[in-house]
Amino acid sequence: MTEITCKLLVIGAGPGGYVCAIRAGQLGIDTVVVESGPLGGSCLNVGCIPSKAMIHVAEEFERATHAAAGRMPFGLTAGPPALDFPKAVEWKDGIVGRLTNGVAALLRRAKVKIVHGRARFRDGRTVEVETETGPQVIRAETIVIATGSAPVELPFLPFGGSVISSTGALALPAVPARLAVVGGGYIGLELGTAFAKLGAKVTIVEAQDRILPLYDAELTGPVAKRLGELGVEVLLGAKARGATPDGQGLRVETREGEDRRIDADRILVTVGRAPVTGDLGLDELVLDMNGRYIRVGDRCETSMRGIYAIGDVTGEPMLAHRAMAQGEMVAEIVAGRPRAWDKSCIPAICFTDPEIVSAGLSPDEAKAAGFETKVGKFPFTANGRAMTLDSEEGFVRIVARAETGIVLGVQAVGRNVSELSAAFGLAIEMGAHLEDVAGTIHAHPTLGEGFQEAALKALGHAIHV
Amino acid sequence: MAERTIKLPDVGEGIAEAELVEWHVKVGDVVREDDMLFAVMTDKATVEIPSPVEGEITWTGGEIGETLAIGSALVRIKVAGEAGAAEEDAAPTPPRHAGEGPQDPSRSTQDRGAPPSRNPGASFETPSARAPQDDEGGGARATSAPAATPKPPAPVAKASPSRGPASRRSPGEKPLASPAVRLKAREAGIDLRQVQGSGPGGRIGHEDLDAFLTRGPEGSGPAGLARRTGTTDVKVVGLRRRIAEKMAKSKSRIPHITIVEEVDVSALEDLRAALNRKPTAERPKLTILPFLMRAMVRALGEQPSLNAIYDDDAGIVHQHAGIHVGIATQTPSGLVVPVVQHAEARDVWGCAIELARLAERARDGTASRDELTGSTITITSLGALGGIATTPVINYPEVAIVGVNKMMVRPVWDGAAFVPRKMMNLSSSFDHRVIDGWDAAVFVQRLKELLETPAMLFIES
Repeated sequence: MTEITCKLLVIGAGPGGYVCAIRAGQLGIDTVVVESGPLGGSCLNVGCIPSKAMIHVAEEFERATHAAAGRMPFGLTAGPPALDFPKAVEWKDGIVGRLTNGVAALLRRAKVKIVHGRARFRDGRTVEVETETGPQVIRAETIVIATGSAPVELPFLPFGGSVISSTGALALPAVPARLAVVGGGYIGLELGTAFAKLGAKVTIVEAQDRILPLYDAELTGPVAKRLGELGVEVLLGAKARGATPDGQGLRVETREGEDRRIDADRILVTVGRAPVTGDLGLDELVLDMNGRYIRVGDRCETSMRGIYAIGDVTGEPMLAHRAMAQGEMVAEIVAGRPRAWDKSCIPAICFTDPEIVSAGLSPDEAKAAGFETKVGKFPFTANGRAMTLDSEEGFVRIVARAETGIVLGVQAVGRNVSELSAAFGLAIEMGAHLEDVAGTIHAHPTLGEGFQEAALKALGHAIHV
Repeated sequence: MAERTIKLPDVGEGIAEAELVEWHVKVGDVVREDDMLFAVMTDKATVEIPSPVEGEITWTGGEIGETLAIGSALVRIKVAGEAGAAEEDAAPTPPRHAGEGPQDPSRSTQDRGAPPSRNPGASFETPSARAPQDDEGGGARATSAPAATPKPPAPVAKASPSRGPASRRSPGEKPLASPAVRLKAREAGIDLRQVQGSGPGGRIGHEDLDAFLTRGPEGSGPAGLARRTGTTDVKVVGLRRRIAEKMAKSKSRIPHITIVEEVDVSALEDLRAALNRKPTAERPKLTILPFLMRAMVRALGEQPSLNAIYDDDAGIVHQHAGIHVGIATQTPSGLVVPVVQHAEARDVWGCAIELARLAERARDGTASRDELTGSTITITSLGALGGIATTPVINYPEVAIVGVNKMMVRPVWDGAAFVPRKMMNLSSSFDHRVIDGWDAAVFVQRLKELLETPAMLFIES
């Protein structure tokens, strides 16, 4: 067995790991990346990308259904739609395949060596990888742990049979007739909404008092309303107790303390994600942990010299773009450049219906942080483009410091508002003031005008409301 | 298009390697034939290497301070030419210096030092930058780092100088700046918390950072006094490194004994004034050094053990018949020691003429290797800056050095009264391993005697 020696070893080729490896390769660092599954990690294979593909399919199907029912306000009708579900899955898989191939090509172009297999630490400089052809030892000056996260299992609802994770939900052979979703966070809502649009009878069980408990009620209101329209039953303050003995249902204790059976062909458990560190051999190292997560400093350095950690293994928020930024930063640090985490915001999006985007601080968070704030909110009912899209639900909301007008946060809910995240993030990262946003010409007619109008509103002189 | 590789040429003197001391070009530069590419330094001489061709630099090899073997590839130049022209190796010819003999192919340029390199890597951590992760929490929470914490009310663009930056931002608040400004600051090793922002709300723009870089923090102290941060790293290369090594070797190996003696040079100064009244080409104006050299010639004739090279590794003192006096000379790039060969065969004017010639060549960087080596004893003189006493460092592997201190009129008791006399101290160091204090003292007393009664310098014994 020959050993591989390299300057940088990246464990995990998800969005954090592959970005780190490509950037390191660009910087001329001799880099190896180890991946036990397909390239691209959860994001490309079982997360962001495939879920958005299925959400799109569901939206199109639902719109066609809407038209078939003659409910389009502009007079469009169509015959009842039919969905070839395996074909939709094939289309989704095709997108995933193209993207993972793209990652492989980018890694190759950056001269990064890819080793397939499960990595395990021997010591702080050495990793042993179980490959198809046997064990492979890799020695590296610097190691980056980017092993990501996996869906959390409930002890009384172990995955298997009818109980599935988000990964399983994206690989179903057919749309289940009845779907129970345990967990009303963004993953459960995105998938639950999609299956509801595809025709499933969906019930969402959330232990807290409202859906998307980490967003404020103002933002989640339009989503809750839409779930009702789609016929999704939402049980708040309810606790899942386990599968029914016949495997055809979910036992739930309702808010009122009553036992209730929810008929379900599938039970989708989306109660969070946990870092993947189990098989990594962390016992061989002396890494400080932060709960289940690997503790890192502002350069993503762990407590051991020469070992970095990025992405979901380092904790919340578990977002691909955060991991990517960390990966890029660490590659540059390894190349000897002075870098540290100095981002002002990490935007987050729920691809629910309608979509929610949040960048920076919400009004409540800003107040909790001790800021005097002013808030401007502009509803899409007053936005021409939203009207022409037949999607007037939602608003843009901007939070700024009262005395200086510096933008602390921007949130929006509405159709396609995910694309506004770029503008929100840029404004906060650049240290924009309300006047900067208000003084920037926003093209008409677009949803983005809502951003400018919200800033004008906060300044006290919105034009269109 | 063809590419030519420029290799380090044989710079003569039978040397096998040379130290790279300066780059005149960088990748992307377009050079014409005979444009200087780089400078290398051999034992004592710096040699400029010109380009043999016209073209664009595509690659450079070698770091300043690196010692390179003759024949190492150093530059690649893309030259316009017949397509398919094979890459050829080129070893340029070092230029010959006008007026130098053919045996001396090097143009020494001691005045060319390596440029000081500023080290931008000296960075300062900004402890305020916060790690992005929150505490453990269930569900896929998506939040922003609570870091977009801007600053207190916008100050007027031109802040009053009495207000320091500290008064403009609450403790713990992150400075407000765009990602590009943050990156630039980090690369320059600047903590943005030290920088005053002139934008609304104290936002730091590129111009604020540039101002900080050139002027330093304003208003952090009394008007006119600014605190400076950062360090400038100057790489010790070329002549400076050689000086450093030689000084360290001398001081670490040689136990110095230094004797300071005062010399009444009134008579010598009278004589010198008389001789300088009508200078001619053959008899130029004299400084005190030619007299000192002649005095040393006399004294060393009686004490040949001081005119010597001590090979301490072999355990042999080579006493030289010829007296070759090194003259420590300050040049723009550092200390060099041109050598007046065979001072015993030159009269006062002969010494003076040779001294003037060598000093000139040393200062303009044209002194040859032969002119800079081979001394058997050294004089160091700083003229009017010479101080009252010095502790000269012996020019290893010599065994003695004579230091000249400044001359001044001092009252001297002549037995009846204080009289004004022109007094000058000599501070001389000796290698105590091979020179006893007695011998050193005898030598110094002999110099004193000869210089105080300068007529003795001209009387053949």
